[in-house]
Amino acid sequence: MSDILVIAEHRQGELRPVSLELIAAAKEAGASSVTVALIGANAADLTGAVSVEGVDEIVTVPTASANFQPDEWKAAVEALIAARSPSLVMLPHSVDSWGFAPALGATGNYGFATDVFGIANEGGEWVVTRAMYKEKVHAEIDFPGKSTVVVTVRGGTWKPAEGSSSPAVSSLDASATANSSHVEFIEPPATGDVDITQAEFMLSIGRGIAEEDNVEQFSELADAVGATLGCSRPIADSGWLPKSRQVGQSGKVVAACKLYLALGISGSVQHQAGMKHVDNIIAVNTDPEASIFSIARYGIVGDIFEIADELVTHFE
Amino acid sequence: MKILVAIKQVANLDDDFEIRDDGKDVDHDFCDYEINEWDDYSLETALQIRENNGDEGEIVVVTVGPDDAEDELRKCLGKGADRAIRVWDDAIEGSDQVAIARILTKVVEKEAPDMVFMGVQAADNAYAQTGVAVAQQLGWPHAAVVNALEYTPGASTATANRELEGGLEEKITVNCPAVMTIQLGINEPRYASLRGIKQAAGKPLDEISHSDLGLSDDEVGEAGSVSRVRKVFVPEKGQAELIEGTPAEQAARLAEILKELSGA
Ligand SMILES: Cc1cc2nc3c(=O)[nH]c(=O)nc-3n(C[C@H](O)[C@H](O)[C@H](O)COP(=O)(O)OP(=O)(O)OC[C@H]3O[C@@H](n4cnc5c(N)ncnc54)[C@H](O)[C@@H]3O)c2cc1C
Ligand SMILES: Nc1ncnc2c1ncn2[C@@H]1O[C@H](COP(=O)(O)O)[C@@H](O)[C@H]1O
Repeated sequence: MSDILVIAEHRQGELRPVSLELIAAAKEAGASSVTVALIGANAADLTGAVSVEGVDEIVTVPTASANFQPDEWKAAVEALIAARSPSLVMLPHSVDSWGFAPALGATGNYGFATDVFGIANEGGEWVVTRAMYKEKVHAEIDFPGKSTVVVTVRGGTWKPAEGSSSPAVSSLDASATANSSHVEFIEPPATGDVDITQAEFMLSIGRGIAEEDNVEQFSELADAVGATLGCSRPIADSGWLPKSRQVGQSGKVVAACKLYLALGISGSVQHQAGMKHVDNIIAVNTDPEASIFSIARYGIVGDIFEIADELVTHFE
Repeated sequence: MKILVAIKQVANLDDDFEIRDDGKDVDHDFCDYEINEWDDYSLETALQIRENNGDEGEIVVVTVGPDDAEDELRKCLGKGADRAIRVWDDAIEGSDQVAIARILTKVVEKEAPDMVFMGVQAADNAYAQTGVAVAQQLGWPHAAVVNALEYTPGASTATANRELEGGLEEKITVNCPAVMTIQLGINEPRYASLRGIKQAAGKPLDEISHSDLGLSDDEVGEAGSVSRVRKVFVPEKGQAELIEGTPAEQAARLAEILKELSGA
């Protein structure tokens, strides 16, 4: 049996696009049938949005809250597993999943792995691939004796499912006691001095710049080469550059970027979430094993200060 | 008031690391260790709550890890934690995060704190599981990826901001006691003072095993896990074309590439 259950994610009434990537992943993993779950008070409104190619069935699970609530979502997924006995349950490796998926794993009833980017079925057993040691090593993981396996899947790994289908739609009840409640969403502050999502050429700096005093040198370099200055999270967290310059999961996706120069950035998954789509990525890093090199087109294993000092002379 | 902070010692691989003979992990001789970055922020969160509580209350740090991990506990004691617990024995080797969570859960049950802080994720393997897994096993309320927190010791609820994707945040209220996973940037972690470091040497650091916590052999290690590492391997290198030469030569070639690709 290789029935796969995909838990769709939504926020503020919109389907999060990663849900469609999971549907594609389920299909590619060889699912005999794909069931998509829509959890939440108004989630049934998203039925059309997930009726894409490859979906056999949609199950809505109305809950008390319209927004994500971890206790309700956990109860919903457990009810879904009880009702459909899927062999694999896929959730996005997202902030909401981090808020409740580990609770499913911790029941001990299911196999469980997070941030999975490879999924295979070997003779009826699921084997998944994830990274370890800051992405320098990959691991194959299996789940001996578990008839249902729950995984959170890395975004940006599969192309979103497209097209349309007419899946059967049904509804399932699940009850839960919520131990936390939504107060409000807080929107990020309006874009600061610059909108990096519009920039075509980005020069981004990471923790490799070492000190706040060094920001200026790279800011001048960005001007000289005609790039917009961006950064990884530690630079913004330290207040060395405004948050509006941060590229990544909790920052901005540089949607219009065609050329991305990453200086002293290791290439964490969360940074990559904002830039790995860029066609031309160039990385400078002293660590030849830094994972940024795995997505770069060109790489320099070297010191960003030495390179920066020389590079600027070609743009004077 | 008591706050429990769980910390992990994370591994950084040396350039020339090797895979262990059984193929299931890297050889730990090729690792350098440091405290998980996220745990600095969660310890700081606990320290600030105590400061705002008229310096009243106890902060206990706990780790599940071998001898070396003691260094990180001492650093936390140096920053102001009162007491440390290290859980380890051979049977714990090979535990996944669900089994690690089971051990931490027993420690929490024993200590009965008002609040448990853990990191959002550990920098090495980025599981992002352990905090919510502990909450599940305790049956406690929880909140993940907290980047702002209002909590008064003894209060029945706390207000937390969850950091969502794209800079959006969600303000929630959470029943207490609770387990929270703390996000980078929630505060500015302090450094240990010289005085603090001296004092740390005299603070209690308990070493216990899984059986001291009342756990059986099959509740830890591989037997107590819901996943198993079958093998590890070095991924194929990406397509990056390396620019070789002296820094001057590399920069010259980089300049050409930038000019060509940016259309300048
Ligand atoms: C929920 C969540 C959301 C997150 N959102 C984001 C996000 O939006 N954006 C983001 O960036 N991160 C984000 N992170 C953090 C992320 O996990 C990493 O911690 C972060 O990306 C690391 O930044 P870095 O690469 O600059 O630093 P590091 O990982 O410390 O890397 C620094 C690099 O610089 C290199 N280096 C050092 N000195 C030099 C030198 N002189 N010359 C050349 N190279 C040098 C080192 O070899 C290293 O590779 C998020 C994390 C979580 C949990
Ligand atoms: N071995 C461990 N000992 C103590 N705490 C841990 C351990 N592993 C993980 N944690 C805690 O769980 C958080 C998230 O780690 P992880 O779920 O492994 O990504 C860490 O920041 C720690 O607070």
